[in-house]
Parts: sequence; C-alpha cells; structure tokens
Amino acid sequence: MGPQAQARVVLRLDGITKRFGPLVANDAITFDLHEGEVIALLGENGAGKTTLMNILFGHYSADEGRVELFGSPLPPGNPRAALAAGVGMVHQHFTLADNLSVMENIVLGTEPLWRLGRGRAAARSRVEALSRDYGLSVHPDARVGSLTVGERQRVEILKALYRDARILILDEPTAVLTPQEAEDLFATLRKAVARGMSVIFISHKLHEVMAISSRVLVLRHGKLVGEVATEATDRHQLATMMVGTEVAPLEVRAHAPGPVLMALKGVSTPALGNAIGLRDITLELRAGQITGLAGVSGNGQAALAALIGGLEVPEAGEMEMAGAPVEGWSPRRAIDGGVARIPEDRHKTGTIADFSLTENAILESYGDAKFSRKGWMNWRAAEGFARDIIATYDVRCPGPATRIRLLSGGNMQKLILGRVLERGPRIILANQPVRGLDIGAVTYVHQRLLGARDEGAAVLLISEDLDEVMALSDVIHVISEGRLSPAFPRGAMTPAGLGVWMAGHGFEGAEGGGADHAA
Amino acid sequence: MEIFDILLSATFWAAAIRIASPLIFATMGELICERAGVLNLGIEGIMIAGAFTGWFAVYAGMPLPAGVLMALLVGMAFGLLHGTLTVPFGLSQHVVGLGVTLLATSMTYFTYRLALPEVTSPPRIEAFAEWPVPVLSEIPLLGPALFVQTPLTYLAFATVAAVAFVLYRTPLGLALRAVGENPASVEAQGLSVTGLRLGAVMAGSGLMAVGGAFLTMSAFNSFFFEMVNGRGWICIALVVFGAWKPWKSLLGAILFAAFDALQIRLQQTPIGAHVPYQVFLMMPFVLSILALILMSRRAEVPAALMVPYNKGER
Repeated sequence: MGPQAQARVVLRLDGITKRFGPLVANDAITFDLHEGEVIALLGENGAGKTTLMNILFGHYSADEGRVELFGSPLPPGNPRAALAAGVGMVHQHFTLADNLSVMENIVLGTEPLWRLGRGRAAARSRVEALSRDYGLSVHPDARVGSLTVGERQRVEILKALYRDARILILDEPTAVLTPQEAEDLFATLRKAVARGMSVIFISHKLHEVMAISSRVLVLRHGKLVGEVATEATDRHQLATMMVGTEVAPLEVRAHAPGPVLMALKGVSTPALGNAIGLRDITLELRAGQITGLAGVSGNGQAALAALIGGLEVPEAGEMEMAGAPVEGWSPRRAIDGGVARIPEDRHKTGTIADFSLTENAILESYGDAKFSRKGWMNWRAAEGFARDIIATYDVRCPGPATRIRLLSGGNMQKLILGRVLERGPRIILANQPVRGLDIGAVTYVHQRLLGARDEGAAVLLISEDLDEVMALSDVIHVISEGRLSPAFPRGAMTPAGLGVWMAGHGFEGAEGGGADHAA
Repeated sequence: MEIFDILLSATFWAAAIRIASPLIFATMGELICERAGVLNLGIEGIMIAGAFTGWFAVYAGMPLPAGVLMALLVGMAFGLLHGTLTVPFGLSQHVVGLGVTLLATSMTYFTYRLALPEVTSPPRIEAFAEWPVPVLSEIPLLGPALFVQTPLTYLAFATVAAVAFVLYRTPLGLALRAVGENPASVEAQGLSVTGLRLGAVMAGSGLMAVGGAFLTMSAFNSFFFEMVNGRGWICIALVVFGAWKPWKSLLGAILFAAFDALQIRLQQTPIGAHVPYQVFLMMPFVLSILALILMSRRAEVPAALMVPYNKGER
C-alpha cells in the first residue's frame, strides 16, 4: 500500500487554522489524503492533532481554511455532514453509551427519528456480516458497559463501517490496547484499506507509525513541520522532527538492588464499585530497584496504588515494611513510613487546583516540625521549600504564590516530583508519571526516577506504556484482572511475551507459563 | 379487620387510581426529562401552572379537551424556559428547576388574582365526568376500580404505554436514552444533543402540566392555592422508585396513591379516633421512603443525568 501518485484525493485540508484564545492550536495546515492510503499524524501531546481531527469531523469549526471531501466542500461544525460524506472517527475517549447494547450504539442516529418501530433484523445481519468480514468479533446484544476496552474499540470501528465510512480517523487507538490487540487492529485496518478505505492514524508511538502508515505528517505546536514517506524515514528522524531537537536516548545503567523495603504476601483487596480488586498478590519492592508494573488500564493498578498509598488495607494476606508486618495501615502511616506518591491523575488527586504552589508543595508534609509548630503554620518555611523545588526542578511559573491550575502539565508534574523527592522517600509510587507530558519533560522525570533509584529508593513504576516500563524497570510484573505475574528481570521478556500475560494468559500454573514466552 | 374490608372494596381502589392519575402524568413527564439527562425540579410549579391553566380555560368558556391542551402548551412553555437555561446554557439544573417552580407558582397566583380579583371562593367548573367502559366495567372489583374513571385517567394509562413504546421501540427513544447516558455518543453519530434534550424537557414539562390539570379538571373541579401540595416532589421520588422505567414507575404511583387512599379511610375507623390525623397523613410518605430504599438500590441511573453537555469540552 505504498503511496500512489495516481490515486484519487479523497480529503483535502486547505489552510486550517484554529485558535483558542491566544493559543494557535492549528496553524494553516494543508494536506491531502489519497484513496487507500494510511497516513500517520504524529506529534506530541498538545501539538494539535486531536483539534485538527475534531475540525475535520465537525466537532469544532475552523477559524480559517476549508475542508474538501471527495471534491466538494464540507460545511463546518457539523458531525452529521462529515458522517454523511463518509468520515468515521474513533475517538480517543470512546463515544459509547454504556447502558445500551452494542447494536443500539451502532444504529443510533442511522434511522429517521420519527419512525415507529425499528427494522432491526436487517441491521443486525449487516453488523454480523461486517464483524465477520473485518475480524471484529463482538456480541451485538452485549451491554457496552460489560465489554473490555478492546471490544469497545471494535464497536467504534463497526459504527463507522456500518455507516459506509470511506475515511477512518483513529485518535491514539492503541493507547488502551495490549500489543496483541493492537496487532488485531492493524490487521483490520489493512483489510479495510485493501477495500479502498483511507485512514488517518493519530499517534505518538513511533514504532506503530512505522508499522502501519505509508506517509507520515508531523505536527509541532500546531504547525505541520514535516511530511515524509514512511519507507524513507526511521524512528530517530521522526522523533527529531516531532520534538524539534535531537532526542538523546535515555541512559539506564544497571544498579545492584538492596534489601526488601516493602513486601506483599498473598494480598487481596476487595473490588470497589467498578474498580477491580487485587487477588492474591505477591510483590517485593527493593531498595535501589525500579519495579515496573505493566498491564492494560483497569486491571487492578488503581487497587495496588491505593494499597501502597494507604488508602486501602489488605483483606487477606500480609503486608510488611522493612521486614516487620504493618499494623493500622493508613495514608498517614504510609507517608510517615517513607512512601511518596506520584498520583495517576495530577489534577484530581495530585494537586488542589486553586491552591498556591506553596500550599501544594506541603500537602503531605504540612505536619512536619519544619512547617508547623503547635498547630501554627510556618508559611515562611513552606514558601522557602516551594522556592527550592521551583529552582531545583525547573518549574516554570511566576512564583510560589501562583495557583497551580495555571501551570502546564509538565510543570505541575515537576512540582509533584520535587515534593516527592525532596522528602528523601524510601518507597516511590510512580503511577503513570509521564502521562500527557512532552518528550522533554518525560526524559526529565525518567532521569529523576533513575536518580532516586541510584540513591537507594524503591520505585514502583505503574504505566500503561509498555515501552516505558521496559525501558526503565529492573524487574517487571504484569497485572491482569487483579492478579500479578511473577517478576521478570530486565531483558528477559519481549513485548509480545509480556503481552500474553497482559491479555490474562499464563496465570494458571504461573511458573510454567512464563517461561514459554520468555525471550 | 377493617383494613381488609377496605382493601377488598372497589371504591377504595377506584379512589387509589383516581389519586394516582395526576402522579402518573407528572411521573412520566419527569421520567422523560431524566432519561434525556435533565433533572426537572420545575415539576411542582409546572403542575400548579397546569392546574390553573386547564381550569381557567374551561371557566373562560373553552371545551374540556381544549383546556387540557392549553395546560399542555403552558407546561411546554415552562419546559422551553427550563431547557434553554439548562441545555444550551448548561446552568445548574437544581437552581434552574427550583427557579422555574418559584416562577411558575408565583405567576399562577398572580394571574389568578388579576383574573378574579373579587372572588373569595373559587368558581367551580363542569369537569370531566366518569366514563364507564362498556363490558370491562362489569368485571367484579377490577371493573369499577379501573374502568369507571374519567377520560383523563384513561389518558394517563395510555401515556405510560406511549412513553414505554417510544423509549424502547423507536429510534427516537433510543436517541433519548443515549443522550441521557452519554451525550458524546449522540453527537458523534450526528444527532443534536441540544435538540433532543430540549425536546425531552418540553414534552416532559407538558405532561407535568397535564398532571396538574387533572386536579382541577377531573378531581376537585376548582382551583385552590396549595392544591398541588408536594405532588411534584413525590413524582421525582417515583421516578427513582421506578428505576427510570415507565411501567415500574406506574406501579409506584399506584402504590403511593393506594397508601394515600388507605390513610384517608383509616382516619375514619375507630383507631383514627385515638391517633392524631397527622400520623395518617404522614403514612404514605413514610411507606414511600421505605419502598424507595428497598426498590431503588440496584437502579441504573442515566449516567449523564444532571451533567450539562458542553460541545468540544474534554
């Protein structure tokens, strides 16, 4: 499926500009999409990829420029027009109604509203035929809320196919998938492309871009900064185009682990609402070691983070710190015991948006003698602490009195990182520490975590990004449906091998199963 | 035991169905709004406005069905106000709802005073008469209870069937349920979130007003201040009791009405002489709370209820 010069242009974006206040999210973007072609739209978070696709799909109206579909202009700001013209979009955050069935989600909006009754038999056989043809197996009567993330994505693709989409836009489609599911997705896309579908694939994962696309467009700060044929480029060049400067690869030196600082022995925790609990987990966190936790989101990561952070206590099993069993486990005990958290969601649980940087810097340590005495705050010391973090961790901000909501994600994360590391923690719980950060900030956070490891901290790195886990971790566990795989040392596993565990295989007779997939 | 005599009498059940009728209309109205994701706390005021409108239209010389239609239209107008503020403007549904209730109540009383400045006791109208259904009304117990009612009661039951049919058997109903679950799913399929929600709030508010009109046009034959007396709030509880499902909500309305009819009768029994009447008045509410606790524990709330949808916000 190389780029064919003769292929028909199905989509033309001409000078698309979109501003949000002073921010120019898209700056005069122009490109063509040809029939049967897969182009990758590559860029860091905030580069303007999603905005551009939302304009194309009609969620936003562009301030300037025009969109042409199959030779005729697309009226702006109307998803209905885009759908009718044959554009299908799989959003990063699925647009499905959980309490409705798969069929209901698919046919929603495809029938005239004011019709009595529904002709479901024909629709149903069509959906079944499509899922057979494209290898998108999902039960039409299942409630969407009961489906896995991978199945939900198949429903989204079926929605587009059911409407005879000729152009398919996928926004970060693999972010939530296991490597095997991603392979299945690619197989489906190749089938669709072979039948004349044109695809825009949005991603910041370079190896996927290399695998699926025939042409790569690179966006940076809202501008289209490069366009290359995939055959004529490599990952290093793409990374450089995406960031704008040479990207130095992260150097990870091996480091000898120390004693066990925290141990979980056969620990289970109850399921909380929709969140899955832990099932009979055994885990050791050693000083001077990064323990990586790989897994598809929603498989018990939240429960493990809650347990280690003190928000949850074991229902069964034993929890030990430095060899002694813990009693009366609570967030306070965790903090006092040297556990420091980089929370998964820095906006919701990491910071208080309308508090100043100073207040946010001492959220966990305001009770220390340094910051308060006999119930009185020592704001001078707190502000000094905040200033230290700002200087040491290069937090770009007007000053310590700034409300933290005004900071960018990367700067907010640096403040949290400073808050965590300046306390000299023994155990660091790093839950998705680089989610949503650009490459510069990612490298910075990773280097700091490695530095903390070298100084003797035990780091638990929870991430949905397998590449990140594999790059940083000294040992890796996989979590699936609340169960934990054995520990795999660095280099002992391939992504495919971990993917098998991520998909939930190998847990029965755990010791034997793991070796089969070891590299 | 007198209580069994009461429960086995046709007049008791006929009264229960009559008391249930306004609740059925208003509960279906609230259910439509909430299924589309909008909590409509304007219900109490809209019922008062509907009660007055229907009655006044007939008093002014309109035929009875025209009075019902006028109430419907006035309800829809308040629905348009509520929906405009809560859907495209995305304001707090609680604040707007209570505001609509206060506005509708005050406007009704003000209009009443303007229209009838001299009157001390409100005039009565020739209301809907009972309309026994041939054959069916002959069935023992059930017949007199269900099929010797006014046309508005039959309309209430027909409304439940219509709401259930539209919600579960038509594309429009699917879109309404989806917009209450995840508006983004509706937008991504090319439908208008604003249009669907606004339409649902208007239709629902219209039904609430018809529920109010039942009180003046089919029960008391006249209009009094305070006559709605919290029925709107009860309907909000009935929607929860019915787990946002039409037939189950109907059951809840009948159950509540039966408790209400029962307490009136119990007041007249020998026990009633020893117990303050307020205890009896309280009974349907206490029993409703208990039933609510038991019935609504596993209910699936529309996921996007009370969540305003701002296009393009992530």
